[in-house]
Amino acid sequence: MIALIIRRSYQSVVVMLVVALLAFTMFRYVGDPVSMMVGQDTSLEQREAMRVSLGLKDPVPVQFARFVMNTAQGEFGISYQLGRPVAEILSERVPATLELSLVAALFAMLVGIPMGVYTALHPQKWLSKAFLTISLVGISLPTFLIGILLILFFGVLLNWLPTFGRGEVVMLGGWSTGFLSGSGVKSLLMPAFTLGMFQLTLIMRLVRSEMMEVLLTDYIKFARARGLSNKAVNFGHALKNTLVPVITITGLQIGNIVAFATITESVFQWPGVGLMFIQAIGLVDIPIMSAYLVLVALFFVIINLIVDILYHVVDPRLRVDGSGAHG
Amino acid sequence: MKFKTAVTGLALGAALAVSATAAVQAKELKFAFQGTLTSWDPYRLNETFTLGTMGNVYEGLIHRKPNMVIEPGLAVSWEIMEPTRWRFHLRKGVKFHNGNDFNADDVVFSATRVRAEGSDLKTRISADTKAIKVDDYTVDFVSDNPNPIIFSEWGTWNIIDKEWATANNAVTPQNVGGTEENYLTRHANGTGPFIMVSHEAGVKTTFKPNPNYWGKKQHNLTSVTYTPIGQDATRVAALLSGQVNMAYPVPVQDQARVNAASNASVLIGPELRTIFIGMDQFRDELLHSSVKGKNPLKDKRVREAVFHAIDIKAIQKKVMRNLSEPSSLMIAPSLTPISKDHYPRRAFDPAKSKSLLAAAGYPNGFEIGLDCPNDRYVNDEAICTAASAMLAKVGIKVKLLAQPKAKFFPKVLAPNLDYSMYLLGWTPGSLEAGNVLRDLFYCPRASKGEALWAKESRNKVGKGKFNIGGYCNPALDALTDKILSETNMKMRDEMITKAMGITVDDAAYVPLHQQALAWGVAKGVHVKQRGDNVFDWRYVMID
Repeated sequence: MIALIIRRSYQSVVVMLVVALLAFTMFRYVGDPVSMMVGQDTSLEQREAMRVSLGLKDPVPVQFARFVMNTAQGEFGISYQLGRPVAEILSERVPATLELSLVAALFAMLVGIPMGVYTALHPQKWLSKAFLTISLVGISLPTFLIGILLILFFGVLLNWLPTFGRGEVVMLGGWSTGFLSGSGVKSLLMPAFTLGMFQLTLIMRLVRSEMMEVLLTDYIKFARARGLSNKAVNFGHALKNTLVPVITITGLQIGNIVAFATITESVFQWPGVGLMFIQAIGLVDIPIMSAYLVLVALFFVIINLIVDILYHVVDPRLRVDGSGAHG
Repeated sequence: MKFKTAVTGLALGAALAVSATAAVQAKELKFAFQGTLTSWDPYRLNETFTLGTMGNVYEGLIHRKPNMVIEPGLAVSWEIMEPTRWRFHLRKGVKFHNGNDFNADDVVFSATRVRAEGSDLKTRISADTKAIKVDDYTVDFVSDNPNPIIFSEWGTWNIIDKEWATANNAVTPQNVGGTEENYLTRHANGTGPFIMVSHEAGVKTTFKPNPNYWGKKQHNLTSVTYTPIGQDATRVAALLSGQVNMAYPVPVQDQARVNAASNASVLIGPELRTIFIGMDQFRDELLHSSVKGKNPLKDKRVREAVFHAIDIKAIQKKVMRNLSEPSSLMIAPSLTPISKDHYPRRAFDPAKSKSLLAAAGYPNGFEIGLDCPNDRYVNDEAICTAASAMLAKVGIKVKLLAQPKAKFFPKVLAPNLDYSMYLLGWTPGSLEAGNVLRDLFYCPRASKGEALWAKESRNKVGKGKFNIGGYCNPALDALTDKILSETNMKMRDEMITKAMGITVDDAAYVPLHQQALAWGVAKGVHVKQRGDNVFDWRYVMID
């Protein structure tokens, strides 16, 4: 297991370097940060001087090396626009995104898995067909459209839920949470639904198809022949064996949820890192953009690692293979 | 004993009742704007929304009324002692939010800080101007050359408390490329009618009224909350759902919906910004064009042909849905002494356009590029698309490149100047014609006799730095120099009228229109709209 983690860590470093290179290349095409930092009266000479002091005039390899060195030390610099250390801004904004992603992921799993099981067990029932139809909507409508439709219906028309923001937040140490206030929870509903909808349909369809496949296998037939109860067969044997691919996909989807949160966050003006990223793109705030990209990449890498480890826990065959490789 | 408790109880009850009525009468202004307020340092960014919002917390020596007319701010009066010496008499008894007194030292300090390294407002006071303290409430401004409008941009030159800035180690604005946060980035201490309570950039900023404000209270607010909402649909929804009671801008396509709603309406007014098309007149060979070896736009007839090809009425009606005012000048009518019809617009006349092109030697027209932002002005890309189609009808085939402002500005502005035609908007910072003549029309070169926009000295261009088309008329430059230092207002106005006539005659630009401002305001909220899109809360009344 430790060998696996070490091996994976090496690969992760390579992945992070590639992300850094891609991010860095991208910044050369997003526009000129200086023209976003000054007003119309600033002279051309001053603009040029700013480019020099920001290091934008250095040769590209020098800039990249500096970028990697600083990033490796966790030094993301000062935001061009906000004039504050990026790490500080990130730590203020991360709780909003993580809370939203967590609720969205839980919603997707807790609703998606039972729906998948139900549609697999009762494929002919009308409720199953209804679930499948709804899931088609969830998978084909773009996130921002779902968000805006929800806002119009529950926010503007019915006036039940807040249309933007996080509501009241409570500070717990350095962590701002919306779970502890009424308006915070209410504010969370629509964004979490919007963000989780796509994952929900994905999980549901995955569970359904895997489960239907498993239900046809011999050991399930044998279990039924032994006279085990439906519950024991469906949940004890069938569902358990369905879960391996579901864990993989769900794990990877958690990364996606955080990444997709940019769209949901900008539709609901949710003050997380995704919204911060969108705002930074508009203003060509390179330190914030690079920190965000590195953070998301790191997040993906860690999730992948966890998924790999979970595999070994869930699937005994992999453990045998792993030790075989060493032997 | 019992009696005493009863009295205390009564008093407590009364106190509760009072606070309860106060809560009932809470007048909360909650507004949303599309952009972000990044830093609270008053000298960090010269941008309308930033400075306009700060103008509720900080104050300058002068103040602009809702109709843009100048009134006394922190200065009660001012006078010219001699052509190069202005004397400002400061208001007495004014306190900053932290309780410090406002006096001449703060003005002198602010005059230094606003021109310090890292300030984006250096042009508020010219480099040669000295701020001299005469006594605690009198300051003289002495410059090398006479400046008749020295204070025209001081409505947004906010005065900072010297003691406070010094104590917090913020004597200069944050340096670009620096590694430390400046204290003023997240703290504010002005003399204005509102106090900044909390600020999370990109999330929310809250304010409360200043109970010790020196001026007459013209609002009835108990708190102000600003939320940046970038998405148009979300911003409009926030207004319609009642979560904010003021939101701007309202996009053109949503205005009918807001007006149809029972709880809000759109407040429309003319903006001071002029939208125009600029043309490359300095290169010997046009970029992005089929014409090789020469530059057709150097020929006045070709520029006139472009002008005559534009059907401004169609743009006004179809693209802007009547929310624009066609313009013949490069400045809004309210900012000049020139009457609106003094210089009529060149008429829409495709036949004339074609004959002008033929006379200039392009009977079959030519190909040309047009650069355009798509997230800067109201329907900017749609205007460019419409203009391209109109130009195509007279034979000028336009390759349109519309992109976000972060990409557009560095491409088109100096030093790159990579365009052949471009769409841009301009509001003169000083809100008068001198700025337009200096920045948009002055020959762009570092010294007389040098080539226009000469590559090696491009970054040294001072006057004319936004004359990216490279229009140049030495006679106009001479007149502009006179205007910039003429202290007799009547003579100045006459010269401005004459100078604007020259620019029209030369077809230096194709001015299109002044776009309209659109503020979404909830029923029961009364605001005063300013032509430069500044939201001044001191006039907000809530029923």
